Amino acid sequence: MGELKLMKGNEALAEAAIRAGADAYFGYPITPQSEVIEYLMAEKPWERTGMVVLQAESEVAAINMVYGAAGAGKRVMTSSSSPGVSLKQEGLSYIAGSELPCVYANVVRGGPGLGTIQPSQADYFQSTKGGGHGDYRQIVLAPASVQEMSDFVKLGFELAFKYRIAVLILSDGVIGQMMEKVELFDPIPRMTDDEIVEKYPWATTGKKKGTARRIITSLDLDSHKMEEHNHHLQAKYKTISENEVRYELFDCDDAEYIFVAYGSSARIAQKSVQLARAKGIKAGLFRLISLYPFPGKEMAALCKKGVKGWLAVEMSAGQMVEDVMLSVKGCAKVAHYGRYGGIVHSPEEVLHAMEEKIIGE
Amino acid sequence: MATVTLQEIIKPENLVYKKTDLMTDKALSYCPGCGHGTAHRITMEVLEELGMEENTIGVAPVGCSVLAYEFMNIDMTQAAHGRAPAVATGIKRVWPNKIVFTYQGDGDLAAIGTAETIHACNRGEKIVIIFVNNGIYGMTGGQMAPTTLPGMKSSTSPYGREVEMMGNPLKMTELVAQLPGTYFVSRQAVHTPAAVRRAKKAIRKAFENQRDNKPGLSFVEIVSNCNSGWKMTPTDANKWMEDNMFPFYPLGDIKMDGQLLK
Repeated sequence: MGELKLMKGNEALAEAAIRAGADAYFGYPITPQSEVIEYLMAEKPWERTGMVVLQAESEVAAINMVYGAAGAGKRVMTSSSSPGVSLKQEGLSYIAGSELPCVYANVVRGGPGLGTIQPSQADYFQSTKGGGHGDYRQIVLAPASVQEMSDFVKLGFELAFKYRIAVLILSDGVIGQMMEKVELFDPIPRMTDDEIVEKYPWATTGKKKGTARRIITSLDLDSHKMEEHNHHLQAKYKTISENEVRYELFDCDDAEYIFVAYGSSARIAQKSVQLARAKGIKAGLFRLISLYPFPGKEMAALCKKGVKGWLAVEMSAGQMVEDVMLSVKGCAKVAHYGRYGGIVHSPEEVLHAMEEKIIGE
Repeated sequence: MATVTLQEIIKPENLVYKKTDLMTDKALSYCPGCGHGTAHRITMEVLEELGMEENTIGVAPVGCSVLAYEFMNIDMTQAAHGRAPAVATGIKRVWPNKIVFTYQGDGDLAAIGTAETIHACNRGEKIVIIFVNNGIYGMTGGQMAPTTLPGMKSSTSPYGREVEMMGNPLKMTELVAQLPGTYFVSRQAVHTPAAVRRAKKAIRKAFENQRDNKPGLSFVEIVSNCNSGWKMTPTDANKWMEDNMFPFYPLGDIKMDGQLLK
């Protein structure tokens, strides 16, 4: 068993970065995720593992530091919260175009604009549909516990380097701020410079005489070549969508009514399932772990087993619900429930919404 | 008298000039008469002469020199507009033993990337910034730049830059020289052989500083022409640059070994 600790989600994420063998973290303070860089600066990972930590002048600079270091083959990470993540979108689009691996976290707060510092899940569209300009995707993992804030950093780096893609840990103010028991995974040593040069021939690590130079770019003025590059990216996203779907089911075997949720809403909806079952309602929970790729096929297959209705529970005005509708395509009724603007719904409210919007009609 | 054939002359011992191997054979995309080609060449010559080829990572900007990576035969990263100093910071921090430089124009460095430039300079990142200032946005067709002179015409200041309405040109090089994080700051030109020699010397100094792990950033501005953007012949553009740009952007070293020069 790994080391057990009581930690905030943000702290677990930061500790996991050190343990995952990250070479650098570049970030900028913003509530509710400032504990990430505070923890790192207090922990001095440069003494523990040689990991670099730098507070950048902006989220824009931080993501571009990630771009530079990732292009040079290193394991790098950043994190922010909604307004700051909006600022990072330009850099993320370049990272997608240049196919660079990195991990970043969004500890989501209510918006739009400066919004509030309270929890929200209103950045689903931005996270899963692109966010920046151009046709691109990123892997999106949604932790529902402090444990997963830690575990998904390790998984995130594995996936980022497997596919040369950005992996977003889409958290929220609840998961980032709450304290839970977490079992920390054993530290993975950082790769040596020689290992990086050997393993990542695409990285800009200095051109050896007589070898071809490496260029990290997202630009090609020849549109035909750019179309080819886009075909390549789409093929990669297809592979990811076929291989990296992650989800979890609770009480779905005989379920007639299913809550679909991720992150802290999934924790709340799990309680709603218990409340429903106590009332004799055959309810279940479909918890999304990967938001991209979206487990749409799995949802459709489950729907055919006699599900009468789905309630998408999310702290937004209804974003993920669109993907649920596309996935089950009229097989059963779909509705949305969620508080937003920084308000967290209660299990009772969620169950009530299922009764009113799905069962009652 | 015996006649000497051309083939007899082409021998290694007779070599007086050779294009550096650190420039590719690709034809430059710059307009004839533009200073970028020379600025590229002397930068690459310095890297070759200092034996830095295998150890250097360059960062290209957005602007006319966005394709610098097509011509510079070393490992290169192309940065988003203005972000080159942040990208270079990221590389240098994780590869502290590598030589890292950015090559940026005035729109990139002094407008959209002002924050990244000032903060990389102020943190004293151990990188080199080469800043080509031609007072105009050449790539997008001659719009006003942060360094466009008062009264100077561009496609977005067609009657001349009116400072009351459009603001003042920014002397970025003097500005970064004031910051404690810069170690060497110099302003040069590449329009005459003598100017090229001085510019190359400054660029060499900048890279030597980084090699020797000197405490701070080395910043070399090259005041250059944009004959097509300025709508002049190359020779007229150089003359105009001497008469108008140099009085506003005086050439010479501004900061040496971390000390401002009087």
